[in-house]
Amino acid sequence: MNFPWLFFILLTPLIGTILLFIPQVKKYFSSKQIAFYSSIVTLIFVTVASLQFDISSNAQTQLDVSFDWIPIFGISFHLALTGISLVLVGLTAVLTPIVVLACQHEGQIRSREYFMWILLTEASALAVFMARDLFLFYVVFEAMLIPIFFLVGRFGGARRNSAALKFLLFGLVGGLVMLAAVIWLYFIAVNQLGRGTFSIAALSNELKIDIWTERWLFLGFFLAFALKAPMVPGHTWLPDTAEQATPGTSTMLIGILDKVGTYAMLAILIPIFPNASKEFAPAIIILALVSIIYAALIAIAQKDMKRTFAYISISHFGFIVMGIFSFTSIGIIGATVYMVAHGLSTAALFLTAGYLMRQKDTSLINGFGGLTKTAPLLTGFFLVASLSSIALPGLAGFVGEFMVLTGTYQRNQIAAVIATLGIILAAIYMLWLYQRVFTGPENDGTKNIIDLNTKQTLILTPVVVLTIIFGLFPAPVIKVSETAVSNTLKVLKVSDPLPRIEMVKQND
Amino acid sequence: MIALAIALPALSAAILLSFGRRTNKFGPYLAISASTGAFLIGLWQFFQLLGLPKEERTVITAVYEWLVVPAANLKINFGLQADPLSISFVLLITFVGTLIHIYSLGYMSHDENRRRFFAYLNLFVAAMLLLVLADNYLLLYVGWEGVGLASYLLIGFWQHKNSAAVAAKKAFVANRVGDFGLSLAIMTMFLVFGSVSFVDINQGISSAPSWVSLTLGLLLLLAACGKSAQFPLQSWLLDAMEGPTPVSALIHAATMVTAGVYLIVRSGEIFNTSPTAQTAVVIIGAISLLMGAIIGAAKDDIKKSLAGSTMSQIGYMVLAAGLGPIGYVFAILHLITHGFFKAVMFLGAGSVMHATNDNVDMRRFGGLSKVMVFTTITFFIGYLAILGIPPFAGFYSKDHIIEAALSHSWWAGFVVLFGAGLTAFYMTRMVVMTFFSKQRWHDDVHPHESPLSMTIPMIVLAIGSTFIGIFLTQNHALEHWLEPVTGFSEPELPFSILTITLITLGVVAVGVLLAIWQYRSVTKVAPEKVSLVVSAARKDLYGDILNENLLMKPGQRLTRILGYFDKSVVDGYYSGIGSLTGGISARLRRSETGFVRSYAMSIILGTAIIVILLLIARL
Repeated sequence: MNFPWLFFILLTPLIGTILLFIPQVKKYFSSKQIAFYSSIVTLIFVTVASLQFDISSNAQTQLDVSFDWIPIFGISFHLALTGISLVLVGLTAVLTPIVVLACQHEGQIRSREYFMWILLTEASALAVFMARDLFLFYVVFEAMLIPIFFLVGRFGGARRNSAALKFLLFGLVGGLVMLAAVIWLYFIAVNQLGRGTFSIAALSNELKIDIWTERWLFLGFFLAFALKAPMVPGHTWLPDTAEQATPGTSTMLIGILDKVGTYAMLAILIPIFPNASKEFAPAIIILALVSIIYAALIAIAQKDMKRTFAYISISHFGFIVMGIFSFTSIGIIGATVYMVAHGLSTAALFLTAGYLMRQKDTSLINGFGGLTKTAPLLTGFFLVASLSSIALPGLAGFVGEFMVLTGTYQRNQIAAVIATLGIILAAIYMLWLYQRVFTGPENDGTKNIIDLNTKQTLILTPVVVLTIIFGLFPAPVIKVSETAVSNTLKVLKVSDPLPRIEMVKQND
Repeated sequence: MIALAIALPALSAAILLSFGRRTNKFGPYLAISASTGAFLIGLWQFFQLLGLPKEERTVITAVYEWLVVPAANLKINFGLQADPLSISFVLLITFVGTLIHIYSLGYMSHDENRRRFFAYLNLFVAAMLLLVLADNYLLLYVGWEGVGLASYLLIGFWQHKNSAAVAAKKAFVANRVGDFGLSLAIMTMFLVFGSVSFVDINQGISSAPSWVSLTLGLLLLLAACGKSAQFPLQSWLLDAMEGPTPVSALIHAATMVTAGVYLIVRSGEIFNTSPTAQTAVVIIGAISLLMGAIIGAAKDDIKKSLAGSTMSQIGYMVLAAGLGPIGYVFAILHLITHGFFKAVMFLGAGSVMHATNDNVDMRRFGGLSKVMVFTTITFFIGYLAILGIPPFAGFYSKDHIIEAALSHSWWAGFVVLFGAGLTAFYMTRMVVMTFFSKQRWHDDVHPHESPLSMTIPMIVLAIGSTFIGIFLTQNHALEHWLEPVTGFSEPELPFSILTITLITLGVVAVGVLLAIWQYRSVTKVAPEKVSLVVSAARKDLYGDILNENLLMKPGQRLTRILGYFDKSVVDGYYSGIGSLTGGISARLRRSETGFVRSYAMSIILGTAIIVILLLIARL
């Protein structure tokens, strides 16, 4: 085994958490500093690991770290990367330090606890994206609920308790159903293979599941994942949670953790249940379409900025799911790019709006107005984030959305046409929000808004720069995820549609 | 090298926007030099192409690979295509663009956000150049929405006025409806041909089934309608006049709004293979041509009247582009001449506004020719050009379109001729109400001629409006130049050219005389007792009212109902379960640790279940 990079990636946030509680360390560093340095070390490890990652390799996973955990049940502590997990691990590692730096007053009171939960969120997200053992995956999938539960319940707005509880319950319901499916799957493995195993690779490659069982198992997992990256109608916890959570929490939750749902559809659902995936794909695409259009329409009518962002995200998750279930290379790679773009734009939206909302202590849209003049920098950052969010060509959001739509269009033209209507709705919900918050005459309440200072500008800059870079140069994300996507298509036994008309290419 | 033409203004915009106030002093000058630099590069590329044999005048540069998925056969370059068509646009955009940058020095001199204005102008130039230089539809789309963004930012530049912010959003949303068409067209191209580059599509379209070219044609037409303010997506253009006047001149008259015409001409091969799509283009052009002219004739706001005129003139171009190879060249010719004469008139209108405390109501102008000599003369040259009086620029372009339309069908010919008469009417009305007739100024207005930075661009554009027509048609220069890209065939005329010219001039003369007679005296307040047509035209032919009642209001109601439905029905369902659990957790909270405890319990419970079940499985 090579150097266990992935193990260290996972370890650093945990060590950071421990350091928060050591008085000798606390003498020299504030909690915020500890959390920041810890997340930077994680980022360094992730960078090194991604340099080790061989994009030309056809291997299903790379950089494997594995040791027996509970051997009697065939459970191993198995971490590894596919191209898609690397992309999401990268996203997590980039966003966490930014969230740490961007938090202000919630970091002053009970700061140690706040940063502990942030670091644990990071750790659980990293673990989920790297886990290649289904049991390990299940454990961290559930464990993810805890830090967010406390971040919302202890640091959120006025109705934080009910929001946190709602979040927890939705998570638990999905988790329990998944647990039942996990155990059932374990039984099947025991019966067929003569040994218990939770290895995702083994479950996907070696099991022959009877189709009815496969359907039920598929639904069990799908429910958990569709509640996580909430799809209509299981979405209502997200607006409530986002409304009560701090901007930093929302960034971690919507920007990173919700991607676990869509990621797991790719990494677990399709590889283990390819036949059921194909059967249910049309129904799931319809569900995705409903999410896209329904959530976009509701986003238009929201009065609260945070709730609007939440509904926008639900609409975007619809796009991601649709791309995945298009079963085309372009669609699935597009979904991956979309996840990154959505993570970045969500972070930028919540954090910029966060600077704003803290000053007025409200997130109601009509509490603002005319900010272009008083806070031009903040306006600029918000505008770029919104434009990426509504997929302006040249920004990251566009690459993802265009690829998702094109991939879907290759298989299902009607679905793609309906989803494309979403680009019109997107312009309406985003620009109307922008208009009400940032333009028009200033009012008494917004005259005294203070613009971003240099430090805050520097914190937000990487997000915006990455948004532009991935818009113009998406090749790294695309290349990294290619192998994983072609493996997915292989499992499904489908190939990419060919152009309807074969043309003799002159230029090649 | 040609990439540098895009990079210069883009870089300048980036510097001005990211370094903020520090660039206030030199910002405008940096922006002007970036735009000038782009023009010089365009000029250099033009001569490079001119030096090549006619058939080889297409230079494609793949700057880098933008979107590549080998497995799916997807390969889209960030590639630029310099050919006669794109370079014609490059020269128009950068030349008029630079002049308008200079004009803005004077026009925006008192604005505290001047630097930002110039940054947006540069952003626009960069995006527009990308639009016309892209070698494939997806990259074109980047420029396409890029100019939409610049237009959004510039319409809403005076965002403290609510009306400006609303108009900006309206423009963007209307454009997105068009973009819906463009997106689907691009996806269809990839589905059918596995490519989105101009070269591949042009080559493949002839062997494609007819539904492909029809679908693509109609989708591209929808895109063109959005960008070029053609029926039924026209309503944003009049509101867009909320933007500063140099913006109206550059973006909403000379360049951006004509991008739809570029798209149709660029996709000529697609339309050539679908007569139905072509007919649709001609019909849309004809409707827009008349609508714009009628609206232009009823507005008292000088900018809105000019905007109606722009819609109408683009209608001419679209109609010409729908005629196929007999029309493409003249669509582009009219686009170029219009770029000059409409820009000069908008700048003239800006100059008038500058002189009258930003008044736009023509009923409070009058007699300005006495105090604003340069403005009057240059505006009048623009007026002669749009009327199509020989030898001014519009004569050459419009006459050719009329000839081509007549050879197409009697109704297209009738529409363009009638349109020429309407044009003469509303333009004469504008000139009379603004520069001649009695003074009707507000008491505190003391009109004066504008500074040199404003008049010089107007003079240059006026000279262009005079000679560009002769220059481009001499020895069929533009026909020969564009032919390799657009193709060209002579229209078969039902009458001799001289007859057509005379008929046209006759119709124009009638329009002029009618206007002079009707506006021999102008009241300070618009009369209220007017015919049905006039009152409809004042309301933009009910375009907005239709939008509002058919789309906006039902849409708002729908979103509100859905919002309510989501909260009370969907979420209410869960809340029922939630309140049950809430009760339990409230009881749990009474013991010290509350949530931690309840959660810990569920974890323990869960783990216990797993362990038990696993043990059973082992046994």
